[in-house]
Amino acid sequence: MNDMSLLPETGSDTTQGEVIKLACLAVGGQGGGVLGNWIEDTARAQGYACQATSVAGVAQRTGSTVYYIEMAPADQGTPIFSLMPSQGDVDIVVGAELMETGRAIMRGFVTPDRTTLIGSTHRVISIAEKMVPGNGEIPPDEVHAAAEIAANKLILHDLEKVANDNGSVISASLFGALAGSGALPFPREAFEDAIKRGGKGVEASLRAFAAAYTLAQTGAEPEQPVSEEQPASEPQSVEGPAELRYGWEELVRRVDTLPDPVQDMARLGLRAVVDYQSVEYGAGYLDRLDKVQARDSEAHGWELTTDAAKYIAKAMAYDDVIRVADLKTRGTRFDRVRDDVQPAKGTLMMVTEFMHPRAEEIVGLLPARMGARWEASPKRMALVDKLFNRGRRVRSDGLIGFGMLYVLGGLRGWRLRTLRHAQEQAHLDRWLALVTQHVATDYALAVEIVRCRRLIKGYSDTHARGHSKFDRVLGALDTLKGREDAADWVRRLREAALQDEQGEALDGALQTIASFTEGAAA
Amino acid sequence: MAERSFKKEVEHLRKGDGDVFTGEGILAITKALLENGVGYVGGYQGAPISHLMDVLADAQELLGELDVRFEANASEAAAAAMLAASVHYPIRGAVTFKGAVGVNVASDALANLSSSGVTGGALIIVGEDYGEGSSIMQERTHPFAMKSQFWLMDPRPNLPSIVKTVGDAFELSEASNTPVMMMVRIRACHVTGSFDTRDNKKPELSVRDALSEPRKDFQRVVLPPWSFVHEQDKVKNRWPAAEKFIVENKLNEMFGPSEAPLGIVCQGGMYNGVIRALQRVGLADIYGNTQVPIYCLNVTYPVVESEFQDFCADKDSILVVEEGAPEFIEQSLSTMVYRTGTPVKIHGKDFFPQAGELTGQVMLDSVTAYIKQVAPDMLTGRTRAPNTPKLDIPDLSKTLPVRPPSFCTGCPERPIFAGIKLAQNELGEHQIAGDIGCHLFASLPPFEIGGATMGYGLGPASNAAFDGGGEKRAISILGDGGFWHNGLSTSIGNMVYNKSDSVAVIVDNYYSAATGGQDLLSSRAFNETKATNNPIADAVKGIGVKWVRQIDRTYDVGKVRDTMREALTTDYDGPKVIVMSSECMLNRQRREKPKRNAAIKGGERVEVPRFGVDEDVCTGDHACMRLSGCPSLSLKTLDDPLRDDPVASIDQTCVGCGNCGEVADAAVLCPSFFRADVIHNPTGWDKRKADWRSKVITWLQSRRAARRLQFSGGAS
Repeated sequence: MNDMSLLPETGSDTTQGEVIKLACLAVGGQGGGVLGNWIEDTARAQGYACQATSVAGVAQRTGSTVYYIEMAPADQGTPIFSLMPSQGDVDIVVGAELMETGRAIMRGFVTPDRTTLIGSTHRVISIAEKMVPGNGEIPPDEVHAAAEIAANKLILHDLEKVANDNGSVISASLFGALAGSGALPFPREAFEDAIKRGGKGVEASLRAFAAAYTLAQTGAEPEQPVSEEQPASEPQSVEGPAELRYGWEELVRRVDTLPDPVQDMARLGLRAVVDYQSVEYGAGYLDRLDKVQARDSEAHGWELTTDAAKYIAKAMAYDDVIRVADLKTRGTRFDRVRDDVQPAKGTLMMVTEFMHPRAEEIVGLLPARMGARWEASPKRMALVDKLFNRGRRVRSDGLIGFGMLYVLGGLRGWRLRTLRHAQEQAHLDRWLALVTQHVATDYALAVEIVRCRRLIKGYSDTHARGHSKFDRVLGALDTLKGREDAADWVRRLREAALQDEQGEALDGALQTIASFTEGAAA
Repeated sequence: MAERSFKKEVEHLRKGDGDVFTGEGILAITKALLENGVGYVGGYQGAPISHLMDVLADAQELLGELDVRFEANASEAAAAAMLAASVHYPIRGAVTFKGAVGVNVASDALANLSSSGVTGGALIIVGEDYGEGSSIMQERTHPFAMKSQFWLMDPRPNLPSIVKTVGDAFELSEASNTPVMMMVRIRACHVTGSFDTRDNKKPELSVRDALSEPRKDFQRVVLPPWSFVHEQDKVKNRWPAAEKFIVENKLNEMFGPSEAPLGIVCQGGMYNGVIRALQRVGLADIYGNTQVPIYCLNVTYPVVESEFQDFCADKDSILVVEEGAPEFIEQSLSTMVYRTGTPVKIHGKDFFPQAGELTGQVMLDSVTAYIKQVAPDMLTGRTRAPNTPKLDIPDLSKTLPVRPPSFCTGCPERPIFAGIKLAQNELGEHQIAGDIGCHLFASLPPFEIGGATMGYGLGPASNAAFDGGGEKRAISILGDGGFWHNGLSTSIGNMVYNKSDSVAVIVDNYYSAATGGQDLLSSRAFNETKATNNPIADAVKGIGVKWVRQIDRTYDVGKVRDTMREALTTDYDGPKVIVMSSECMLNRQRREKPKRNAAIKGGERVEVPRFGVDEDVCTGDHACMRLSGCPSLSLKTLDDPLRDDPVASIDQTCVGCGNCGEVADAAVLCPSFFRADVIHNPTGWDKRKADWRSKVITWLQSRRAARRLQFSGGAS
């Protein structure tokens, strides 16, 4: 579709030079129609003959849509306009979303000889990307790079943000950027008048228009894709009872004795587990980390210890009922919900939590021994299930709801005695044992084993699925250990496991392993 | 009520002599009908002609003044059948629906109509949903005209031409006693432009007055021997009459020099594309002055042999520009020159791709290739031998995501399919047949529910082979639109009569939603001119379904799952029908938002719900996404090195439908979701309560905070 070889050379179509061709690619529901009407209205008001078409239909429902507009001075007769954009024959392309901007490039509508490309860098993430259990987001870099090459003039900004910041929608900021780009031979007022004639949300639209207009005019450098997220730079500050702070400082000093490359991650990990449980718990974290470090070495740049710092913290700060209740009752959380919802002045806000505890969660709260006995008895589990297993709507802003969660969250002291904790500890130790077992013989493999902890996340079924994936991946160790590419295979298995929910990709990968090991055996 | 009100457009319909209309093609057609004294209009909605129906539905008052009867027909078949009024009565009638699917449904009536022949002008306006953005199988409407012998018009895609064609079509129909179909492609329906309007004209005989003097003529009835007479009449009288009219009134157009060694014959709808291609190789200017002769067929069936032979007279070769497969026009033209031995070479699909839309690039490539072969000197050296270096723009085809159409934010169908997916997680995968409508999106990720679809209202019918039941029961989906279109008899009736042991889910969202939110028999809204509020469940029971379940809030995912489980496991072995009803969110928002904003402005107490995700509780496993796919439920990458994967995040577009919370609950996903209800204009009591609560809560929070370490800054 984007075969460029057949493009007529620039200027070969001089006989139609006066026609201005504009294509707007958007995701259905983004308001490309509104933008189209504004552009048409502007052109006609400026004495241009103008034609717009679109192929609406099902695409209106979250699909990719194309709005196409052609215009030419109306004074010397009625021009014959085309009803669809052609490769290499578009003067202005408006991309209402980054990947749709990319689609315009892929379809050959953006060419270096003539096309002004106005694109918004924000993402409307497709369902395919969302469904991936791991990180399915398509990196923006490629589209940015292609845009730099393909466009004659490039205006690339987060125009969605510009719109939101001005209480408007993206059609307004796109329109502003279009006006600001100077690609259309009309004065700024002409565009603004079209918005006014439209008569809907005029004020906000004009604000967004103006902001985007300036962005395009000042020719601010096209945005570069944001690279991998960095640890937040602002300094940490710690408040609390003196003795706790003292204990914390002590732990921090221990972190300072760790190898440089490890320290940042260790500090974050330490903070996570202390925030999760207690200073003592934090000490336990560092003890485990020390054990790993003792078997690590400068030679490998302390890679193993650094990753262990991350994943031991995650393993120790596992998600249980107490944790969730604690998080949901904190003052900081209340503030974040406000930032998120942004209730208008003079309004009140009620917050309802959706919880669904199962027998496992409840029994997990019992003392380890007792809990284990209950869990072993299907009859008792069924009873607990009957008593607790149902969806619960908790008003965390109400006294009863909050009180309940507050009490649960207060059980942190009790946590270390619970069945769930015992189980998590056991799992954690088995995992670290595996690491220490392989580190001497195959360092890379040990690192990969550490990283497999990433597979365990979520709650209830999802959590269980994560565990089984984790076990299946590490289950392959017996077959893999000793092989040159053992580490590489564990990495591949882990990535496969993150590809789909049921772990079909993982099964496939495991079969491959089975096959070649059999092959070797034969 | 349709997705929006069309009162503004209706005003356009009142324009008269000396006024200028500026707007979309489909609205221009609507206006043209009234200018040509149409007596009755009907049709069945669907892209791209929904607009015509919607506008007329809102134009009742004007239609009343003009004595025009407007019928929102139950199906395309019903619409086509309505044209029967023009068989005996000299009344102009027009119906509209989408091609090719609508024509398929209408073909029985169209065949009978064409056999009987018409007295008053009978016009069928077909919105051809072909090519990019199409939602249906890619077929041509053309052969229906050939087999039933009615005439097919395909005007140039600009408003004046389209408007003129409406008038021409009525006259052609009357001059040849044959129904005429005007085919308008999707882009032409949505194309904008202007034309000079004329006064609307009342029909000379209104359908109302016609009833006072009934007419009949058994020779028009499709029964032997008359059916054989009709067959002869078509070719001996109607066809010649049509050709005569077409030639005398110059319905087809010639452009460019009268003499040239080559020429182009194109469908009217392809004209702009041809001109653009010629413009790009320097053989035409932007006003359509071309150096290559063009014979533009605004009537694509029948092709007038005399005209065509004249066009070919001095030419060595011609290129036929015909969209879609097979190339019926090219074939008939070839037959003509073969029979007469005219020394002209006919090209077409040898330069154009066999199938597919004639996009700008295809048109440029094919036309250039043709001219390069038959008259290379006409082309600039550059075009003859392009030496343009291939641009090395990175190929993004592997990178970009596909964007299948999906349910809107807050769609009431999402929880239905989440519930069905959960039921299948328990009971295993089932044989599921889909239908036409928004619910067909469920066949795509994340739900992947439903395999094939056989047509509107045919969901359960397409599962008939499995009616006998088996270890697992077959499930079929049917929308309220499809249900009333013909699903009641063809699908549900079929299940009852054949004692089907399968399950039919009827998705009732109060509208024919996919086609633009038109009302239906079962719509909940009051409609002045239509009878609404006829419950689907009653109709289903009425034709003998004993096992019927009604769910009145589809967002109750748990209930949906449980009802599905019941239907799939019950001992009852007869047909099982579940009606799942909740209003289409798109329409609901359009209706409620303005009201709500007004209420808030007016100082009333209003609660506005919205959902959110606790980013530190969410572990980024995206299980919720796999049961939702809601546009407002998206991903967010946290600024925290301890996190590997992006977490779920709900944006401002959330309408608080409740699906997220219900799914998290029913599927026992996670406790990350919360609903925030913002109370606008709270009462004094609200405020006191809230104030008191927050005092206690803040005290408790600070109490606990004081006993633990508080981290701030750094990674949170």
